[in-house]
Amino acid sequence: MKSRHKRIAIIVAGIALLAIAATLLLQSFQSNLVFFFSPTEVIQGKSPNQGNFRVGGLVVEGSVKRDGTKVAFQITDTANSMNVIFTGILPDLFKEGKGVVAQGTQGADGVFVADQVLAKHDENYMPPEAADALEKAQQYNANKAAGEDK
Amino acid sequence: MIPDIGHYALMIALIVATLQAVLPLAGLSSNNKKLFAFATPMARLQSLLIIIAFIILDYSFYINDFSILYVANTSNSNLPIIFRLAAIWGGHEGSILFWVTILAVWTLAVTFFAKELPLRFRSTLIAVMGLITVGFLLFILMTSNPFERLAFIPIDGRDLNPLLQDPGMVFHPPLLYMGYVGFSVAFAFAIAALLDGRLDVTWARWTRPWTTAAWVFLTLGIALGSRWAYYELGWGGWWFWDAVENASFMPWLIGTALIHSLAVTEKRDAFKSWTVLLSICAFSLSLLGTFIVRSGVLTSVHAFATDPSRGLFILVFLALVIGGALLLFALRAPTIGLGEKFDLLSRESLLLSNNVVLFTATGAVLLGTLYPLVIDAMGLGKISVGPPYFDVVFVAIMVPGIFLMGVGPIARWKKATVPELAGKLKWALAISIVSALLVPSVMGKLSLMIFVGLLMAFWVMSSVWVSVNTRLQAIPTGTLREKISSFGPAFNGMLLAHFGLAVFIVGVTMVKGYEQESDLVMKKGETKLINGYAFRFEGIKPLRGANYVAKQGQFYVSKDGQPVTLLTPEKRLYLAQRAVMTEASISVNPVRDIYVSLGEELEGEQKDTWSVRVYFKPFVQWIWLGCLLMGFGGILTMVDKRYRLTKVVK
Repeated sequence: MKSRHKRIAIIVAGIALLAIAATLLLQSFQSNLVFFFSPTEVIQGKSPNQGNFRVGGLVVEGSVKRDGTKVAFQITDTANSMNVIFTGILPDLFKEGKGVVAQGTQGADGVFVADQVLAKHDENYMPPEAADALEKAQQYNANKAAGEDK
Repeated sequence: MIPDIGHYALMIALIVATLQAVLPLAGLSSNNKKLFAFATPMARLQSLLIIIAFIILDYSFYINDFSILYVANTSNSNLPIIFRLAAIWGGHEGSILFWVTILAVWTLAVTFFAKELPLRFRSTLIAVMGLITVGFLLFILMTSNPFERLAFIPIDGRDLNPLLQDPGMVFHPPLLYMGYVGFSVAFAFAIAALLDGRLDVTWARWTRPWTTAAWVFLTLGIALGSRWAYYELGWGGWWFWDAVENASFMPWLIGTALIHSLAVTEKRDAFKSWTVLLSICAFSLSLLGTFIVRSGVLTSVHAFATDPSRGLFILVFLALVIGGALLLFALRAPTIGLGEKFDLLSRESLLLSNNVVLFTATGAVLLGTLYPLVIDAMGLGKISVGPPYFDVVFVAIMVPGIFLMGVGPIARWKKATVPELAGKLKWALAISIVSALLVPSVMGKLSLMIFVGLLMAFWVMSSVWVSVNTRLQAIPTGTLREKISSFGPAFNGMLLAHFGLAVFIVGVTMVKGYEQESDLVMKKGETKLINGYAFRFEGIKPLRGANYVAKQGQFYVSKDGQPVTLLTPEKRLYLAQRAVMTEASISVNPVRDIYVSLGEELEGEQKDTWSVRVYFKPFVQWIWLGCLLMGFGGILTMVDKRYRLTKVVK
């Protein structure tokens, strides 16, 4: 009987331990989710004020300005664009007019401070997030045009 | 003409593989022994046909046959021969043909090395492998024919993605695929056992070397991929928790659980159902990995397919294989039984805990990998899961597992006691704690992660020593050499693999804890002092490779006036695709790597001014050395005579 009690106690402790582990796991999971927004959505205020998120689109032609290892550029989804700054070395496939995704936070001045800039491995490949942003912007432009017509 | 032969070979292989699968299974259900005889010859014929098709594709790459769409897309007449080898599996169609070729190799190996298995069981086993082959051949012929021809033959090919033009990429995919596909053997063993309704100690003994072989290949394949990422991607990372990496890591974790669980099944006749379930999971995750990597849901250097019918095919195939296997398991597992009983504290229970840990870790990785894909597929937006999630959760889950890893090999089977274990391990624990504090005091920085990492590494190392010592004391006579050789390769291999993991942990901890990264702007002739090393930038040399032109930076590195090395990072322009690539230059040494990458030439200022990134990576090579030791440990356990099959009476 005694050993049976012991066994039950250990099983209960095991389940409790698993439950705690699962809770911690999910908490960490939730706090590390990074959401993606297009520049239009950011301007509409849909992006979080604090914490990391991703922005994607095309690098605006002629917007890239370098100062040592500091780089400033603009990302556009063709409807809207936003300013981004980044310190460090950009990936090889980062180019004006090409697709890009930046991860970081938005400062109070509206400038997006990127700590990571992702461009794609393959020249002909558009990052799907950037493609998504462009598609949304098309919709947005179409809606806007329809609105102006009325 | 020749490419058509390859195409026909695949079609005939499909028919033969169907016979290989159907005839023995019909024999099993009707108890007609004559039908079993078809398994081996059909399997060999089918494998041969697939290998012929693969050789024809190789040949087409060799002669630059750009009338084949696949060759035109992934190769170029200027591509060096060695990289044409990488180009064969550098795209979707070729890599799937390669997958099924590896399956053919494993199938052939089974027909030759499993002769001692009873006819009925062997035939069922080969039939199950035939079913998998049929699935993949259908996939190739319906959606991804590597021999598809072009109506207008281009003058030259589009060339292989420059990132893949690396010797590492010649070996990484074959090793990884040998691992992935190797789990199909363990899977087929499990399914055959379920169909046969028989699973005993001999079954486990047959399966063990096959599973270990797959695990060794996977270990080495992942390590090679990680090393490639380190020097080829140019930015010093060795693991990104990228979905593609996770896709290969999950089968590895489950495979690790499986080889431990199999050990218990073989030695103690316990954990039987669990072992079968793990065999199914390991191969299912390999298939899932193929799906994730090859279906185009991911966008990286690995993703080729943009054709949705391919993704759909793999998804249906996946559902059939996994669903079917699990259904069979649910129906038949009770006939196998749970196996022998064991005490709450015993080697069995410790190995079971290790399995729970590895299973949980796989679950955590799976959640982080699949969740963004599911959310995207449901149209709920695009999200990504940050590496910090994986870092924190994975370490937190693995720490107890690694602690148990020190205790397990020392505990007795069936029943162990706390005082005995504590008596054996107290010094190991004390030494680990002291060393884990001593090293950071030398390095000059201590954090919780560094302490925990080093503690785990030293704990595993010292417990390996305790295991050896305990064994030595159990043998009363003989010289040290005789004693050690009497342990047997299986035991030594296990210890070597555990030691390898400790070496790996040292590498990870030291790199994570003490690496340094600096982004610099350097003018020609300038010297900068970083981390005690002086870097003198002597400008840029132009360079011409076979299919690229490059600018090569000249960095003279010295320490205290003594020259250390010349580092020559490159910025390459690959001509066929007009793609720019960063080639890092690395000075390797057992305790530190110095790693230099060229950023870009800065305009507006003086000529020859570049942005440069410099890393110091302490002990980074230990990461791959540890994997290598794990692999060798696995190989050692395989050569143990105990796993040589002895003739079974039919």
